Amino acid sequence: MRQLAVPLFAIILFLLFWEMLVWANGWPNYKMASPSDLWPAFWRFKWLFFTFGWETLWRTVLGLIIAIIVGVLLGMVMGFSKVVREGLYPLLVGFNAIPKATVVPIVALMFVGQHDLNTVLIAFMISFFPIAVSVSIGLSTLEPEYRDILRALGASKFTIFWKIALPKTLPEFFGALKVAVTLAFIGTNLMEIVSPHGRGLGALFDSGKTNSDYPLMFAVLIALAILGIALYYVVVFLERIFAGWAERQAD
Amino acid sequence: MTVKKNTGLIRIENVSHTFHTDTGVLPVLNDLTLSVPKNGFTAIVGPSGCGKSTVTRLVAGLLKPDKGTVWLQGQKVNTPRDIVGMAFQNPVLLEWRTILQNVMLPLEIVPNAMSSAEREARAQDLLKLVGLSGFEQKRPSELSGGMRQRASLCRALVHRPEVLILDEPFGALDAFTREDLWQTMHRLREEEPFTGVLITHDLRESIFLADEVVVLSGRPATVQYCQKLKQRGPKSLDQLYTPEAIQTLNILREQIKIARKDEEDKL
Repeated sequence: MRQLAVPLFAIILFLLFWEMLVWANGWPNYKMASPSDLWPAFWRFKWLFFTFGWETLWRTVLGLIIAIIVGVLLGMVMGFSKVVREGLYPLLVGFNAIPKATVVPIVALMFVGQHDLNTVLIAFMISFFPIAVSVSIGLSTLEPEYRDILRALGASKFTIFWKIALPKTLPEFFGALKVAVTLAFIGTNLMEIVSPHGRGLGALFDSGKTNSDYPLMFAVLIALAILGIALYYVVVFLERIFAGWAERQAD
Repeated sequence: MTVKKNTGLIRIENVSHTFHTDTGVLPVLNDLTLSVPKNGFTAIVGPSGCGKSTVTRLVAGLLKPDKGTVWLQGQKVNTPRDIVGMAFQNPVLLEWRTILQNVMLPLEIVPNAMSSAEREARAQDLLKLVGLSGFEQKRPSELSGGMRQRASLCRALVHRPEVLILDEPFGALDAFTREDLWQTMHRLREEEPFTGVLITHDLRESIFLADEVVVLSGRPATVQYCQKLKQRGPKSLDQLYTPEAIQTLNILREQIKIARKDEEDKL
């Protein structure tokens, strides 16, 4: 009960403060929307919120899934082969160093009009790096004894990977996935805002901007926050299932 | 496969091995010959870094010698074989498995006709033997160092290997726990016959557990001295303090001194 009441109370307090701030300063809607404006703005465009919210969600999740597949594969080859690691690492670091906001217009031009493709692409590009690094570090730091206990029994490389290396890397993997899910979400929105006539919550935000509909823009922000929190907790939930053993029990 | 008649279940014949590293070549073994009879238990002692662990890796088939041959049950060792069980100084238990699941791990690898109930019963019997009954469902991190090492021994023995290789399994434990585990080893040996190779730094441990103590020379190592021990079967800790035992310990200590001096001379 308390676990629910305290955060709820904090949220209500925050909204009240926000409302008071706008009211006390006499700010008009085009300067700063107040919480009481948000619900009407949401209600007016509720179908757009749902369809575009879905659009943003599946693009982010698809981008993230591709990032997981590519990131894990890259991490695996880098973790198992020193040569590949030495070759790929500088490339990856360089690629990661480029702020993705600058890549967004390039990709938008490259695949102009293909909103789904370029959005998923950016979500993937921005989020695979932490996954690849965490998996490669997890695998390359596996103590040789762990390998030897199975190798001495004649186990195949795949068995060793499946029974030991993979589960041992899971805690690092989920740590990286928490970062990656947030990044993928940023990537999706960057592209949706920049790509003209796109769909998704980013596009809704952009059209709010063009129409000077501030309450709409703020309502989109809240919708994005809710979606981002939901995505994050899905990862936390998966982590509990698959890597819950890594959490130390309190004595 | 070539089958050869010989006396020992484990036979290392004129084995030489050299490691090639970034910094140069490192000869570790030089014309090493030694054998362990079936159900025998040999302890290998020697100066630090003289190549003792290399011997265990050769017997386990994890490493191929440059020269010479390793035989197990009259067969040449080329690759790892599932008739070997291993335990290291680091118990390397898997944190995402319970103790019981950890012990059962080799049964998932080694081909066998056991049902899952039989596997569980087998693992439970072993855990009982080493005094870990009631800890089956615990995670490795919930156990003490000595208990983890006991579980690691169970895992090494669960598939009834012919050969048990112990690479300093008690090295990181405190003196009391170590003595407890020595007793456990004797109990295991009685109940679960195996042919054992023990790498150790502890001379008292070697004469307490083994039938034969082999002293290796400094690197590149070869057999410098063999000490057969008279007493067999279960021993009590008192037997470490008999005049006989003390004399044996003194001889071995002298031999280690010679080996270390030999290594300095080689450098």
